[in-house]
Amino acid sequence: MKNVLKKLYLALLLIFMYAPIITLIVLSFNSSKSRAKWGGFTLNWYINLLSDEAVAGALINTLTIAILATIFSTIIGTVTSIAMIGLNTKLRSFIMGITNIPMINADIVTGISLMLLFRFLHIGTGFTTILLAHITFNIPFVMLSIMPRIKNMNFYVYEAALDLGASPVYAFTKTILPDLVPGIVSGALMAFTMSLDDFIITYFTKGSGFETLSTLIYNEVKRGIQPEIYALSAIIFVVVLTLLMIVYRVPSSKTKEKANEK
Amino acid sequence: MKLFKSKSSAGLLSAPYMAWALIFILVPLGMVFYYGLTNDSGSFTLENITTIAKPGYLKALIRSLRLAVISTFVCFILAYPLGMILSSMKLSKNTYIVTLFILPMWMNFLLRTLTWMTLLEGKGVINTVLEFFHLPTINVINTGAAIVLGMVYNFLPFMILPIYNSLNKIDENVINAARDLGANTLQTFLKITLPLSLPGILSGITMVFIPALTTFAISTMLGGSKILLIGNIIEQEFTQLYDWHLGSGLSIVLMVFIILNMIIETIFDKGGNA
Amino acid sequence: MGKDLITLKNICKAYDGTTILDDLNLSIYENSFVTLLGPSGCGKTTTLRIIGGFEKPDKGQVIFDGQDITDLAPNKRQLNTVFQKYALFTHMSVAENIAFGLKIKNKSDNYIKDKIKYALKLVNLEGYENRSPESLSGGQQQRIAIARAIVNEPKVLLLDEPLGALDLKMRQDMQYELKRLKEELGITFIYVTHDQEEALTMSDHIVVMNQGYIQQEGSPETIYNEPENAFVADFIGDSNIIRSTMIRDELVEILGAKFSCVDKGFGNNKPVDVVIRPEDIELVAPEDGTLTGVVTDLTFKGVHYEMDVETCGRELLVHSTKLSAVGTKVGIKVDPFNIQIMNVPVSEDEEAISETV
Repeated sequence: MKNVLKKLYLALLLIFMYAPIITLIVLSFNSSKSRAKWGGFTLNWYINLLSDEAVAGALINTLTIAILATIFSTIIGTVTSIAMIGLNTKLRSFIMGITNIPMINADIVTGISLMLLFRFLHIGTGFTTILLAHITFNIPFVMLSIMPRIKNMNFYVYEAALDLGASPVYAFTKTILPDLVPGIVSGALMAFTMSLDDFIITYFTKGSGFETLSTLIYNEVKRGIQPEIYALSAIIFVVVLTLLMIVYRVPSSKTKEKANEK
Repeated sequence: MKLFKSKSSAGLLSAPYMAWALIFILVPLGMVFYYGLTNDSGSFTLENITTIAKPGYLKALIRSLRLAVISTFVCFILAYPLGMILSSMKLSKNTYIVTLFILPMWMNFLLRTLTWMTLLEGKGVINTVLEFFHLPTINVINTGAAIVLGMVYNFLPFMILPIYNSLNKIDENVINAARDLGANTLQTFLKITLPLSLPGILSGITMVFIPALTTFAISTMLGGSKILLIGNIIEQEFTQLYDWHLGSGLSIVLMVFIILNMIIETIFDKGGNA
Repeated sequence: MGKDLITLKNICKAYDGTTILDDLNLSIYENSFVTLLGPSGCGKTTTLRIIGGFEKPDKGQVIFDGQDITDLAPNKRQLNTVFQKYALFTHMSVAENIAFGLKIKNKSDNYIKDKIKYALKLVNLEGYENRSPESLSGGQQQRIAIARAIVNEPKVLLLDEPLGALDLKMRQDMQYELKRLKEELGITFIYVTHDQEEALTMSDHIVVMNQGYIQQEGSPETIYNEPENAFVADFIGDSNIIRSTMIRDELVEILGAKFSCVDKGFGNNKPVDVVIRPEDIELVAPEDGTLTGVVTDLTFKGVHYEMDVETCGRELLVHSTKLSAVGTKVGIKVDPFNIQIMNVPVSEDEEAISETV
């Protein structure tokens, strides 16, 4: 009885989470422009979408910014996390305090503060400003996923490597870096998804005439929903689902191994 | 000695980020305070901040607070039992189901909100289905309820994850110990499980409350142009009215609430540990 | 011996198709210090958890003081548990931890205050009331866990590998503490451990378990001196287990030499296993020994020397206070009382169950 109730609750919440998405996907194949009536199956909206240059441009912008922001924020975040090894606790917590600001602060405040900065510095809004903003809010995610590994690290291994005659650089790449790699990878993945998903900070730092997928959708929605947007949602959902399945495959097989060891 | 030397030189590597944080975190924040506390001619004023007390602004702030509190509460009520169910399941099974609940988070935030526009509209999917069964239709779109629904749908995973994590961390034997010492199921829950999951609850509340309080996109999409939240007003000051001073002043007010939230969180967290 | 306080009848328990306990029967006497001893996975912790009420057996009954408590919730049972890794409530102070069970029972504030004081004194941690459990050392946390359990005046205290997380010195100190506590409280202790030394030091009664079966029950002396099968002999202390032939009652042929012993009833010319403890082998001049051998390895252990003696293609482990250098030819003698004869198990499975009858 108790188990039935538990399963029912799980099922209801899963329906709440997924029914809207499924409705959206169904509507993307609906030939009737009205959302309420089923006018028959069509792929027209997908065809329209693919020939839409604005969407293609926004997609390219989104991906370019996400990839570049991930690369830069991962490099800066990793280097800074490693630098933390050499800092005393006071400086460490000072840096972590500043790093926490964009995470705790509301996106809208972060967005307008950067907008004020870019206007003040007369940096032309668009690609560059969005990229700078994304790097800024991504670095904390990278650092937060690396720092726990830094804190739990066994530095004797590094010293042992030096003792055995390794150069500091060689010892570092052979002992410390491998320990950090899982943190770096998950930080980079976080940064990438945060960048893809961001709307608010992009909205305030983009200026006019430059769109990412998020801002494009926002403009479209304000004008009224076009069925092409459903097609776009469906594609994004399927792509995200596939990517996640690939990403999650790796750690899940690892946890299984660990469970078996126990 | 050698390590000490290499360690402190490692510290120098933090310099680039320190510069970055100064330029892109601290200076911009300083600029918000500068604009918020000055007028057009550059002289000091509190007017931008006190504007919040004017009827239209105050109403928007109170409405934002009310909707954010309701959304946070609903998220908590939905997420806590879910967290308990998930943490009581076997490990191999629950990581899979937890992923299922987090997965929609990876879909674009605006698209997630859009789905509810489609469902709730006057001639939307839900009403069509209701009509088909000759049931009374609902008129939720462009109301506070629709905004709450949108917030809950968007931010629920932010509540689920920390609550699940904190519940999952509780040693099963601690629960057993309470039972062993005579506590019944309810007493064990109130005296052990709930206090031990408090850190998760608190971070869940923060992670839902702050985006809910400051959103403007959800209210634009599901509230029509009728229901303005404080986020909408700030957005308009910057993108339509170009009053950066007032926009910054109102942002400072928002930050006050964020800091208040943090203070309350810290007090509760300490209270739980004392 | 006192009367039966807890009786386990035909207990079976399996997880996901793996049998943990198979038809287990066990009686625990009042006021005894009983230790469930065995390697990890032998079912000892599951047995304890069934007594505590945290697991329900698939089959069988738990009788407590004449009443069937198999289906009784843990909070309704008159026993308390000291858990592995202590399971203290980290969000409460030491005093609140100890008061937990008493508050549930709505005891008066004064009573609770006195009890906390008494319990902390009993475990030698007076003045620790307002400390947080996380600020205490492992040994101190262990004492608090014990105090938290005993203030409820249980009839039985269950201890699940309570010393497992402590270092050696602390563990030895706590062994004496626990023995003293047991005497002072005059209640039954059921203690689970995989450490044979711990079991021998503290218990009145040891239950050796393996693969879900009870291998042997008895006093520490019986378990050590008269192991009933190779598993017990091997698990408790060092021992030489040698496949031999029982020629007739009170005579056994070990490694080709005839030794007199005291065991009877194993039949004539039957294969048996012989257990000889390393300290029971006497090294004498070659001409005085029943067997002769050569010392191949020597280690100084403080109290005694540990030697390997090769004889007839086998190494025997010998503990002796007398040194015999490596390469010395020695004679081997064993007192008849120190030769323990056991039946040879037909299969590994039989070894596990042979002693449950």
